[in-house]
Amino acid sequence: MRKGCGSGVSLYRHFMNYAAMSLAAFSAVVVLAPLFAILIYLVIKGAGAINWAFLTQIPKPVGETGGGMANAIWGSGEILAIASLIGVPLGIAGGIHLAEYGRHCFADAIRFMADVLNGIPSIVIGMAIYGLVVVTQRHFSALAGGIALGVMMIPTVLRATEEMLLMVPQSVREAALGLGISQWRTAIFVTLRTATSGVITGIMLAFARVAGETAPLLFTAFGNQFWNFKINQPTAALPLQIYTYAISPYDEWHRQAWAGAMVLIVLIIGTMSAVRFVAGRGMSKGVA
Amino acid sequence: MGVNIDVCDLRAWFGSAEVLHGVSMHVRSNAVTAIIGPSGCGKSTFIRCLNRMHETVPTARVRGSVNIGGFNAYNGTPAVDVRRRVGMVFQKPNPFPTMSIYDNVAAGLKLNGFRSRRDLDEVVERSLRMAALWDEVKEVLKNKSGASLSGGQQQRLCIARALAVQPEVLLMDEPASALDPISTAKIEDLIYQLKERFTVVIVTHNMQQAARVADSTAFFLMGDLIEYDKTEKIFTAPADKRTEDYITGRFG
Amino acid sequence: MSRTRFHDALDELKDRLLRMGGIAEQSLAYAMNAYRHGDRQQCALVFETEQAINSAHREIDELALDLLAMQQPMAVDLRLIVAVIKINADLERVGDQAVNIAQRVAEVLDLPPAELPADVPLIAGIASQMIRQSLDAFVRGDADLAQNVLVTDNEVDRMKREIEQAMLAKMHDSPEFTRQALDVLLIARNLERIGDHATNIAEDVIFWVRGADVRHGKVDVIG
Repeated sequence: MRKGCGSGVSLYRHFMNYAAMSLAAFSAVVVLAPLFAILIYLVIKGAGAINWAFLTQIPKPVGETGGGMANAIWGSGEILAIASLIGVPLGIAGGIHLAEYGRHCFADAIRFMADVLNGIPSIVIGMAIYGLVVVTQRHFSALAGGIALGVMMIPTVLRATEEMLLMVPQSVREAALGLGISQWRTAIFVTLRTATSGVITGIMLAFARVAGETAPLLFTAFGNQFWNFKINQPTAALPLQIYTYAISPYDEWHRQAWAGAMVLIVLIIGTMSAVRFVAGRGMSKGVA
Repeated sequence: MGVNIDVCDLRAWFGSAEVLHGVSMHVRSNAVTAIIGPSGCGKSTFIRCLNRMHETVPTARVRGSVNIGGFNAYNGTPAVDVRRRVGMVFQKPNPFPTMSIYDNVAAGLKLNGFRSRRDLDEVVERSLRMAALWDEVKEVLKNKSGASLSGGQQQRLCIARALAVQPEVLLMDEPASALDPISTAKIEDLIYQLKERFTVVIVTHNMQQAARVADSTAFFLMGDLIEYDKTEKIFTAPADKRTEDYITGRFG
Repeated sequence: MSRTRFHDALDELKDRLLRMGGIAEQSLAYAMNAYRHGDRQQCALVFETEQAINSAHREIDELALDLLAMQQPMAVDLRLIVAVIKINADLERVGDQAVNIAQRVAEVLDLPPAELPADVPLIAGIASQMIRQSLDAFVRGDADLAQNVLVTDNEVDRMKREIEQAMLAKMHDSPEFTRQALDVLLIARNLERIGDHATNIAEDVIFWVRGADVRHGKVDVIG
């Protein structure tokens, strides 16, 4: 600390700086605390019920001990894969259109509708897909579940893609156009490639959000106690199974519900890390 | 390999504002032509009309004719074809940030359908040599990203990238204004060598650079071409008083 | 108007050159006074003035070089500075010629007086006027006035030839006056050289003002 005239002022400044930094650090801790609290609680409650049987067997009938959620794990994977196949390409394509070609009057309408879709309660979406797909097909299916979740993914992916693309400086596009590269090639192979890191983040967010959704699956995938590998049949899913077990009166099922929750979290985090690792291996000095 | 450019009564607008008022000039092949003038005189707009980049801005309009090596750059020709024959280097170096040095140079070819691996290697090396960058980067072609080079190197990388598609004309919009004096000197030497194979048009606000580098110089003022002559004449005894006032620093 | 420092420096350069021109003219006047009145003191004045001319010569060249290096002058400014450097050299030579004349005069004064048919003051007057006119042309940036100077040089050349012939005849007819005749002949040549220097100055003024190189009889617009 400097002495001399004005040392009173610098002392005050020093203190305020320290105070502000401490407040910022404290806030960061407060924000992360719930996350860690949940994770730790899950581990405490669920770790005990995780064993090889849990991960490889289907549920046993009521009253019997043992069994697992293997079919739900598989079913969730199926449904999320279908959802991604629908949500990601449509979202990215829409985002590219809005960012690179969206200077017409419809653009704002499209953005607004995406935001509205984002706000529709998940159970409403589930009911809508029930009416459109399940009733038409006359049975519940993983496909219907995937469609419902895919529809929920679209707005997030679209808005994230658009925003990340808009963050790519115009100089990058000009460089590509100046080389005689057509506008659509520029949009996909240059602009999008530069924004890849950010777009991946958007996809992660969308994926993480729908991976845990239960309500839409109630009327679409419906759940299943047995193995099912066909996408045209009712399928088990982790969130559904957790819900069913959690509201049941059986302790055994309660413990399995905790275990299921833990597995769900681990799978989500694992998927996100894997994608981030694979996508981040390229030259990433782009945006975000 | 370079070609002449004939510009006839070129007019350009941003919305309703006319920024170029009927410019006509003949650019000689295999020579360096400099465009000088104060800020806002239309020099950047002019060269962006030569490779049809002006029209990428919404509300931009162009009238008049631009004839490059005998073919009309506007009527009926797709803009993409024009830009393949007329390359451009920009004021601020803009290598593709997520691509390696190799990919940067090859981008123009790869994204235009050129696939052969061996030929690509050849073109990349040739372009980097022409841009006087090969020796500095030949060890790290695929490991370093384009954006991790120094400013002067980045600009030479952008030059190599533009040269890789083998244009006939090279447009440079204040290519050295963001660079230090040594990098600037390297770029100027490079321009002098490039004119053997290309027609070079360079916009610069640095008159000494135009004097050092260009064979002919054109002076623009408020959207008009005021004087266009051999560089020595412009800088020792210009014909128009406005040219003289500008280059002696009495305004601008 | 921008670059005021530079334009002020250009004005100073011109001022210094004009002052040097004045000193050179003065030196020539002293030399002619010495000739007309046989005055050794005037000769001494010429030798003193030579110091002032030489130091002005150095200073002007230095200032011009600095401006070239630091200010990157173009077009008319560039031509002005180049013209100043060349006029500077010519004025210094004029000073040297005045010194030579003074030395010849000093020699002649040591010798017995002789009747010589040579109107040296006349040719000196014309040469002196040429210098003044060329410097006037420089001050006013008047290329037409400079053009006049070029024409007058023919007159001076003619007069020099006449004096040469007259002095050679005198040396032939009256060998006892050879040294005096020789001195006068040399003085005439010095004065003719001064006329040439005035011509050079005029050509440099035309180069500066019009950008035209009119030396050696050729009229070439630059570039």
